[in-house]
Amino acid sequence: MARVLLFGRLSDLAGWREREIESPFLSALRAKLAGEDADLGAALAGPGVQVALDQVIVRGDAPLNASTEVAFLPPMSGG
Amino acid sequence: MIRLTFEPFDPGALLTAFAADRIEVGAVATFTGIARAEAGSTSVLELEAYPGFTETEIAKVAGHAKVRFSLDDFAILHRVGKIAPGEAVVFVATAARHRRAAFEACDFLMDYLKSKAPFWKKEHGPDGARWVEPRAEDHADIARWDKETST
Repeated sequence: MARVLLFGRLSDLAGWREREIESPFLSALRAKLAGEDADLGAALAGPGVQVALDQVIVRGDAPLNASTEVAFLPPMSGG
Repeated sequence: MIRLTFEPFDPGALLTAFAADRIEVGAVATFTGIARAEAGSTSVLELEAYPGFTETEIAKVAGHAKVRFSLDDFAILHRVGKIAPGEAVVFVATAARHRRAAFEACDFLMDYLKSKAPFWKKEHGPDGARWVEPRAEDHADIARWDKETST
């Protein structure tokens, strides 16, 4: 079960901040989330949204294991 | 020192602690950012961070600043959570042998923190809440440090 975290406007849009989701790949996780909530799926794929796996930014697809922390990060605003 | 805190803090006490016992440093510069009321349009500022990730990203840039400006030390304390107008949002202190380096490093760190640091900012006002993106000025402020590097 990957631990999925949403930040900023993404968590407001989804109505949740953190969930455990079973998925072998990041691409499959995106598809699963988009299947449940099309607006969220589109937002996660939107411009400027980055993904961190275990707190490291990744591009493209990647395998997930049972303890991977997957964070979707909308454009950062600074403090 | 890089730290995030949900609690209000006293910038004066932080400066006193930071400046103590520095017999060879010569210069300490500080900046304190304070939440604005925006003439009543913002009743509460809310900042979200990604604990661990946010500190690590700030540490990368602060480490760069330490080398670039030959700092002896730095301190960054940043509020997260809900912040009322008039409360301190951010405190940056830099220590160097001479004032120019301390001033410039403090300025550089603030330009980074205001434009690119991993925070998500929401303003709560009488008309509801909205997520805020950096202003064009914030991007221009951090970009001028790139120019200074290349010339």
